[in-house]
Order: sequence, then structure tokens, then C-alpha cells
Amino acid sequence: MATTSLRPCGDYRSSYRADQTLFDTRLSMLFCAGGVVLLLFAPFVLSGYVLSLMIQIGYLGIAALGLNILVGFSGQISIGHAVFYGFGGFASCYLSHKGVPVPLAIVLAGLWTTAVGLLFGLPAARVKGLYLAIATLAAQFILQDFFVRATWFTGGTSGAVAEPFTLFGFDMSGDHRYFYVVLFFFVVLYLGAANLMRSRDGRALVAVRDHYLSAEMMGVNLTKYRTMAFGISSFYAGIAGALYAHYIGYMSVEGLDILFSIQFLAMIIIGGLGSVMGSLLGTIFMVLLPELTGALAGALQGSAIDKALHLKDGITYMREMLIGAVIILFLIFEPDGLAHRWRQIKAYWKLYPFSY
Amino acid sequence: MTSSLLIQLIINGLIIGTLYGVVGMCFVLIYKASQVVNFAQGEFLLIGAWACWWLLTYWQIPFFWGFLISIAFMMVFGLVLQMLVLRPLIGEPIISVIMVTIGLSIFFQALMKWMFGTFAQPFPPIFSVQRVEILGLQVQTAYLMSTAVSLAIMAGFAWFFKYSRIGLAMRATAYSQQVAQSLGISVRQMFALSWGISAAVSAVAGVVVGIVNGVSSALSYFGIKVFPAVILGGLDSIFGAVVGGLIIGVLENVAHYFDSQFLKWGNLYEIAPFYALILILMIKPYGLFGTRDIERV
Repeated sequence: MATTSLRPCGDYRSSYRADQTLFDTRLSMLFCAGGVVLLLFAPFVLSGYVLSLMIQIGYLGIAALGLNILVGFSGQISIGHAVFYGFGGFASCYLSHKGVPVPLAIVLAGLWTTAVGLLFGLPAARVKGLYLAIATLAAQFILQDFFVRATWFTGGTSGAVAEPFTLFGFDMSGDHRYFYVVLFFFVVLYLGAANLMRSRDGRALVAVRDHYLSAEMMGVNLTKYRTMAFGISSFYAGIAGALYAHYIGYMSVEGLDILFSIQFLAMIIIGGLGSVMGSLLGTIFMVLLPELTGALAGALQGSAIDKALHLKDGITYMREMLIGAVIILFLIFEPDGLAHRWRQIKAYWKLYPFSY
Repeated sequence: MTSSLLIQLIINGLIIGTLYGVVGMCFVLIYKASQVVNFAQGEFLLIGAWACWWLLTYWQIPFFWGFLISIAFMMVFGLVLQMLVLRPLIGEPIISVIMVTIGLSIFFQALMKWMFGTFAQPFPPIFSVQRVEILGLQVQTAYLMSTAVSLAIMAGFAWFFKYSRIGLAMRATAYSQQVAQSLGISVRQMFALSWGISAAVSAVAGVVVGIVNGVSSALSYFGIKVFPAVILGGLDSIFGAVVGGLIIGVLENVAHYFDSQFLKWGNLYEIAPFYALILILMIKPYGLFGTRDIERV
């Protein structure tokens, strides 16, 4: 797991302030700010297809970050992230139907999911490691079953309709406008997570992950922080699910299965456990992967490979297999994920002619 | 009428429970020997059953030989899997190991769907008599065979770990890897062997379930159902896995009975074990027969 960032030699930090800065250098801050400003202009330039992919990366990235806070920062594992994501979506549909304005409904849905997450996080106070993994597996099946059964809440198998997103009477639905909604939540939540890691709570989470006995001896309340990690992760998942529901305009029970939960796990493994930026990199990778396989299958259409493997029928299975293979390969060959690779590239260029 | 239905369901539960017990034993075997929680246990059943089905239908091999070949194949498969995928991860944090097995699980599940389709395929008929009557209850021959095979496997496990040289070496490895190594036992071989045996025995269970229900990707669900069983019995107790399997099998069917008779919720058959799982984790996380982790600082 990525614990300390790789820094080139000569890059010392001489004060606590410098050690805790959000951005290493002024330049990196300017880069991030510039990136966000550039994204503000994206809807005017980019095509609808690219934009929809970016929106997808936005809300899935929020959920992946939530899972990374739980798995990467506090060292617990959840195999039921998709159901919390789904719960957020359904909660937002339900609230917006009751007349709550949609922006408020999204936030409230996040809080509601937090409550549910805390409920299922309670075993985390007692068990850890693989026992917790199995408990979250149970949560996955129990909540998935609940979604099918609770027709008053989710509309059962037929699904729930989400109200369109309006802000002060201004309609924000449609790719070009909804992009800003997702961007807003994305920036706020990513900054929130990056800042969490600078606070006492964030350091306590990392301490619990690295050596919980030492952490407890230093006065960190294990139960509190383990449950809190569950709460925060569910909050992120809930917001992401709500954003998805209002983007599609519809929330369905289908697709909230264990495979989706595993996809979230794949995102953070690929991106890098315990890295905020890694969550984003992993999400981009996982969103683009099916697009690339689709493009590849399209390019190979009619060729010998296509005929031999029945690519057209097998494409969904091939994607699933790719997800599995990517998880395995990354864990064996690059356990610190893309974020680690990115740091290495940066370190290489920083000392360019003399890099080691 | 209803009481006889209940009895029938309990017997069904015991039959399914022995199968859960067998798969649970395989799961515990891997966990004990190599401290890996194997989320891909269900895929062992799936691959074994498909391999046997393929041999029987495409190559028209007699059942006995097809069965043996597929078991041998799964043995090799388990060994190779451990050597290629799990061995590089020795010493990595537990999260990585869990996730690798999850990755394996979806990889092979998708591969099997791709190769054999999503529909359930029936085995060619193996028994001349489809059902027999025991004490006034109609029991399918396949079920009888499954129970007999399961009991035989359990007896085999008991013998293996108590008397055979390799079984004793495995127990030594599970007890303490350093001590085992100092006695000249190759821990690496034991790890690989535990995966091989586990995969082969799972394949037997897979073929048995396949004969009863037909082979489909639903088989891999056994790998998930096994968690309530092994947690109830205690993760590192082979005997506990059998008891846990039986209890979960009966619980499932009793829940189904109450569901269909009184509650009318539907689907309780599938979900009840997971409620039980959460309860066990809250009350007694180390299960009935598991050893409690005592941490000394």
C-alpha cells in the first residue's frame, strides 16, 4: 500500500506547515486550479459523447474516492460499496418525490446513506480484516434484497424515477449543464478528502491502518475511527449514487450487484490504495476500459479473430474478464497503482538528466 | 401436510448442508494452510462441473472416467493457480490477497459464461433409477449419491489429516510454518498442495450439484453461501465447517418454510444465511469451533 509518497532526493521539508500542505509546490496548485478552470469551458468545446464520459468519471470517481477512504486510508475492506451507491440514488429519488429540492435531496441522500453505512459499519467496531470483508459481503446481499422488496422506497423491480435537477428554477439537466453540477460536487468532495488527510482525524485513520495497537496506545479511539471511515465512505457513495440517479433520471435495482462493487474495488486498486488522485486515475481507467474494448471489438469486426472468439456475443464477458485480469495483474506487478507510477514519472523529470 | 413438508425441507436442508460442508471444508483447508480467504471457491465448483460435463457430452466418455479426469484436471489447476497467482503475493497485506481471489472469481466466472453460455445444461442421465422411496419419502437418487459422496469425502479428509504423511505435514504447516520448515517440510509445496486438493474436492461437489440441478453459473453461488457456513463453524476448523454447513443448509430450508407458510416475504431462502452471518459476526465472530485470536503486544 502506498504509505509515503516517493520524493526525489533534495526535496526536504523543514516545517510541519510544509509537510502538511495540500500542494507540494505553487506550480502544482496552479496546475490543479488551471485544470478546473479549463474544465469549466469543456461543455463549449467537447462533444456530447466525451462529455457524458466525463460526467461518468465524475460521479464514479466520487464513489471510488469514498471507497478509497475506507480501504486505502483506514485499511478496512468493503465488498458492498455498490449497494450504498444505490441507496444514495434511491434515497435522492424518494426525497425529491416528496418535494425536497433536488440539490438539497442529493446532500440529504448522502447523509441518509451515511446513517445506513454506519449501521452496517457497526460490525467494524468488533471485527476486522477478512471478517469485515465477509460482513460487507452480507450487507451487499441484504441491501440488494431490500431494494427489490421495498417498493415504497425504490419502486421495486420497476425502479424509481428521479426528478430533474433544477437550481433556483433553472433547469440543469442535459449533459452540457449537468456537467457543472457533477464538477461542483467533484471538486468539493475531492478537496474535502485531501483536506481530511491533513487533519487529526485523517492522520488517526492512517494510524489505525498502519498499526492499530500503536494507534490505540496513542489515544486514538479505534471504534470511533473505524466506524467513522464507514460513515464517510457511505456519504461519498450516497452522493455519487444520487448524482447518477438525477443524471440518468431513473434508478434501477439492476446493476447494483456484486460485480459493480468489485468494479469500485478495481478502480482503487488500479489507481492506488491510499491516494486521492489515484482514485481519479483508477476511475478514468475503468471507465475507458469498456469503451476501448468496445472500440477494439468494432475494429476487429469480421476478421478471423472475431469469428474465432464470437466477439460480438462475448464482449460483456470479455469486459468482466478484463476487470478480473486487471485486478490480478495490478496486485501482482504494480500494487501501488497508477498513482505510484505517476509519482515516479514526475520524479524522473524533476531530476531529468541525472535521474537514477 | 405442512409438517410432512417441513420434514421434507429439513431433509433437503441436510442434503444441501452436507454439500455446503464439503465446500466449506475445502475453503477452510486453504485458509488454514496458506491464510488465504478464497473468494473463488465457487468457481472451482463451476470449472470442475463444466469440465466434467464437457468430457461427458462432447467426448462421450463414460461417467467414471470423465469424473476422474476432471478431478485430476482440477488438481493441476489448483496447483498452477497457487504457483502463478498466489505465490507472488505471500507476505502482502490481507486486503491484497482477498482482492486477488475476488479478481480470480470474476475472471473465471466470465470465462465460463463465455465458453459455455449462461443457460443451465443438464448432465446426461447417470442413474437408471431416478428416485427411490425411503421411509415413505421420495428421494432422488442423485441426492442420495451426493450425500454418500459428501460423507465419503468427509471421512477421507478425517483419514488424510490424521494418518497420512502429507496430511500431517499440512497440519504442521498450519500450526507453525517455521517449525514445519525446520522439520524438513516444504511449506511452498504444502501451500500449492492445499490449493490442489481444495480445487479437486470442490470439483467433486460441483459435479454432484451439476448432476442434481444442471450445470450453470449459479454453481459459483455456492462459493458465497459457504461464508455463512464457515463463519458459523469457525474459520479455521474443518469440523466446524461441516457443522456450519449442515446448520446453514437446514436454516435455509426452514426459513423458506416459514416464508412460504406465514411471512410471504419471498426470497428469504437466499437471504436468511446472510442475516445469520451478520448476527454471528456481532455475537461470536470466531464461530462455534474457531480458535480465538489472542494478540500479545
